Amino acid sequence: MKLAVWTYEGPPHVGAMRIATAMKGVHYVLHAPQGDTYADLLFTMIERRSERPPVTYTTFQARDLGGDTAELFKNAARDAVNRFKPQALLVGASCTAELIQDDPGGLAEALDLPIPVVPLELPSYQKKENWGAAETFYQLVRQFARRDAAAAPADTSRSPTCNILGPTGLGFRHRDDLVEVRRLLAAMGVEVNVVAPWQATPADLARLPDAGFNVVLYPETAGAAATYLKRTLGQAHTRITPIGVKGTDAFVREVAELAGLDPEATLVRARAASNSRSGWYSASVDATYLTGKRVFIFGDASHAIAAARVAADELGFKVVGLGTYSREFARDVREAAALYGVEPLISDDYLEVEAAVAQAEPELVLGTQMERHIAKRLAIPCAVISAPVHVQDFPARYSPQMGYEGANVLFDTWVHPLMMGLEEHLLGMFRNDFEFHADAAASHLGATAPAAHRMQEAPAASVASVVAEQAAPAAAVSAATMPATSALAATALEAATPGAAAPVAVVWAPDAERELGKIPFFVRAKARRNTERFAAQQGIAVITQTTLYEAKAHYAR
Amino acid sequence: MNAPVAIEVMRERGQREVFCGLTGIIWLHRKIQDAFFLVVGSRTCAHLIQSAAGVMIFAEPRFATAIIDDRDLAGLADANEELDRVVDQLLARRPDIRLLFLVGSCPSEVIKLDLSRAAERLGARYLPQVRVLNYSGSGIETTFTQGEDACLASLVPQMAVVSGKPELLIVGSLADVVEDQLVGLLHEMGIDRVSCLPPRRAGELPAVGPDTRFLLAQPFLADTARALEARGARLLPAPFPLGIEGTRGWLEAAARAFGVPAERLDAVVEAPIARARAALARQRPLLEGKRIFFFPDSQLEIPLARFLARELGMQLVEVGTPYLHRAHLQQELEWLPPGVQIVEGQDVDLQLERCRAARPDMVVCGLGLANPLEAEGITTKWSIELVFTPIQGFEQAGDLAELFARPFVRRGLIAGATRQPVGEQAA
Repeated sequence: MKLAVWTYEGPPHVGAMRIATAMKGVHYVLHAPQGDTYADLLFTMIERRSERPPVTYTTFQARDLGGDTAELFKNAARDAVNRFKPQALLVGASCTAELIQDDPGGLAEALDLPIPVVPLELPSYQKKENWGAAETFYQLVRQFARRDAAAAPADTSRSPTCNILGPTGLGFRHRDDLVEVRRLLAAMGVEVNVVAPWQATPADLARLPDAGFNVVLYPETAGAAATYLKRTLGQAHTRITPIGVKGTDAFVREVAELAGLDPEATLVRARAASNSRSGWYSASVDATYLTGKRVFIFGDASHAIAAARVAADELGFKVVGLGTYSREFARDVREAAALYGVEPLISDDYLEVEAAVAQAEPELVLGTQMERHIAKRLAIPCAVISAPVHVQDFPARYSPQMGYEGANVLFDTWVHPLMMGLEEHLLGMFRNDFEFHADAAASHLGATAPAAHRMQEAPAASVASVVAEQAAPAAAVSAATMPATSALAATALEAATPGAAAPVAVVWAPDAERELGKIPFFVRAKARRNTERFAAQQGIAVITQTTLYEAKAHYAR
Repeated sequence: MNAPVAIEVMRERGQREVFCGLTGIIWLHRKIQDAFFLVVGSRTCAHLIQSAAGVMIFAEPRFATAIIDDRDLAGLADANEELDRVVDQLLARRPDIRLLFLVGSCPSEVIKLDLSRAAERLGARYLPQVRVLNYSGSGIETTFTQGEDACLASLVPQMAVVSGKPELLIVGSLADVVEDQLVGLLHEMGIDRVSCLPPRRAGELPAVGPDTRFLLAQPFLADTARALEARGARLLPAPFPLGIEGTRGWLEAAARAFGVPAERLDAVVEAPIARARAALARQRPLLEGKRIFFFPDSQLEIPLARFLARELGMQLVEVGTPYLHRAHLQQELEWLPPGVQIVEGQDVDLQLERCRAARPDMVVCGLGLANPLEAEGITTKWSIELVFTPIQGFEQAGDLAELFARPFVRRGLIAGATRQPVGEQAA
């Protein structure tokens, strides 16, 4: 038994729903108690889907348990096939149905349905959402991909072809990543045979062997299927995630090699077809202030690893924390963390992540919606790079993470929160001028926001009060859609305050405290930390103005 | 009261597109401010509450899940010892907690984890600092708002015994602002001894006894009412305090039981009723004659339908409700227009077929159905908003009407700019 306050991933059957919802022509009959239908709203509200997910729930109740829940399942499966006329039926159990052991696979088989049935065994008490998605997609590919022929031999007279594997329902920017990667492949002269699971039918899955190789966008969902296709059909697959300019370059070379094209010539074509600006923007003098920004990164493994690479190698940030909630990919994240000399954080415990962020004292957090809230509480700028998704992660505009356009998007999304921070600094610098009163807040925080320096010093209290003011009672509803509900305000108000700077034994003399106040707020925390560390090392009990400058000299780069 | 009316009710069984009772934790934890709700369940339970709450994480909330894993199921770990360990961990983190609910779920019910014994055991360890209670919010036993019923019923045995002067107890969680208004009106009527269940703090649990008269503020409290009656309290039959009529009828029931003269009641309600009339008059033109269809959700459907039909002139196409408690809803049923189609239970696919065939002007439904129906061109009202928003009492009657008018107003404002969803067609 494990205490969980918030979860990064849902149960594995939600992963199966993400596959079923992405595809066409499949229907999922889920043996589940009343209440499990909540999962529909993930798709209709967060992703704003215009159709219900293709899922029928048996919604059994206590009175059914004494009777025949198996019969309930059989009726639901038969009715679903008649009503929705799918090409294939997925059947499985949610956590409770797993306990009553009705064996949906066996029951469905006994029904002698006119369509193929794919039984799913998703152990709810061991596994989680991403695993469930990967397993479901693997089972579908295993059942439907033709096995009679080996992978199509390279036909040099035709363009090389690939499949794109991985995009699902409720995926973080999958919709736009797919568009971007298709454009990239088109520019390279590589044709796309099948995209799956996104809008693929079981019949499309049968055609997977017609392609020369597979492009794996998200190993979290497509890794198991790609490994299977390699093992049984000899279809190779990509391993590089095309995130960032360098990541995209490497991906283009990798694809070119798999496609039998000249890597360098292909790269020239791919770049020529793009509007890549992020590299120049990062090189422009305006971006100098980004140098060495301390960044904490947390997400699913592939997005976290890619974000660290972009942060360090394309924006010149310093990675001060790297972690993932995907234990399945812990090894990859450990390897990446070693590159940046940081301790990898492998955890799905939200409170542990929050403590790690607070301790690392980053200037920017790149994380999930969970870390966005952590960052808000700690008054640190933040950008979202990974699932779990939120309604904000389905923007109306085109906003990929992958490819050259994706790199442009990353530049904007990560740098804007820092620019806002800089604006606050400038405002702080001028705050004694007559135009500004001492407590003027940054314009983007609105008239009622607490002044930046106060937020720095009392993050929990001030942030909570702002949220409480914003949360009108009518906004309380919002299942899953809005972050600022009044329920949220209530929880904000009761926030315990772990994290924040650890108490220290050394004392600051008033003159040193005043001098510290003159330092721009965004380096103030670092100056305080370094000075205190220096004082502790030197055995200085009272920090004076002199200590402050001695520490500055000591830590000078 | 009159003899029960003969109302035709269609019963349906099939897929139910409703939340389970765990969802009630979202408003209950805000209402009882020093209570903590620990669900003993699966990852699904944790994900459900998180998703339904919409509270993507801001801070440490006063609810959590003790997630059962395969070690507990395989008997490798003693589930009771594990639960004790989790509770120790939790209470060490949160010394501010005074009342801990162990909330049963589908998995804990199916594996027959005895949470009442666990609550006794843990209570013995933590009293008087923390009181430990248990109830079931499982989907196999409770539908959505029935979770509150189960929670409040678990509080009843904890209530102290009282005797002496008659007291009035308001039962069912209301927004604090509504509670204060209603208690204020009762005081003005001369009923001084009024208390509320649930209380705002665990230590303020009201007493109960043969002199207690209670009014239900919510229509989904069958078990709680039974438990209070077993303690000698007497239920005052009344409509529910939605709209002018409902609120007046509700106060009138109290007035009758406590001997408040009719003139005094009239004097007290005159000004708020006048305000509510004015507020409703503004919304009525937007709603009058519009046809409305309710999918089952919170059990508030019958009183809401009554309010919309009688005070705003809406036409009821179908009123679905997960359960119909005929005794508690007697006055409400009598007030419904004759011949209205009431459906208890659900088969969501059949109901969607009826709904599409009827082409109502508005559908009240859960969040899983709302956007798909909007995409078909049907205006919807999320039913869950009606549970989270202050809607009871005279001062909120206008707000309640406005919740139904707003989707129509919005459609009008953005007409011409809307397109049917493009779907997620990629390149």
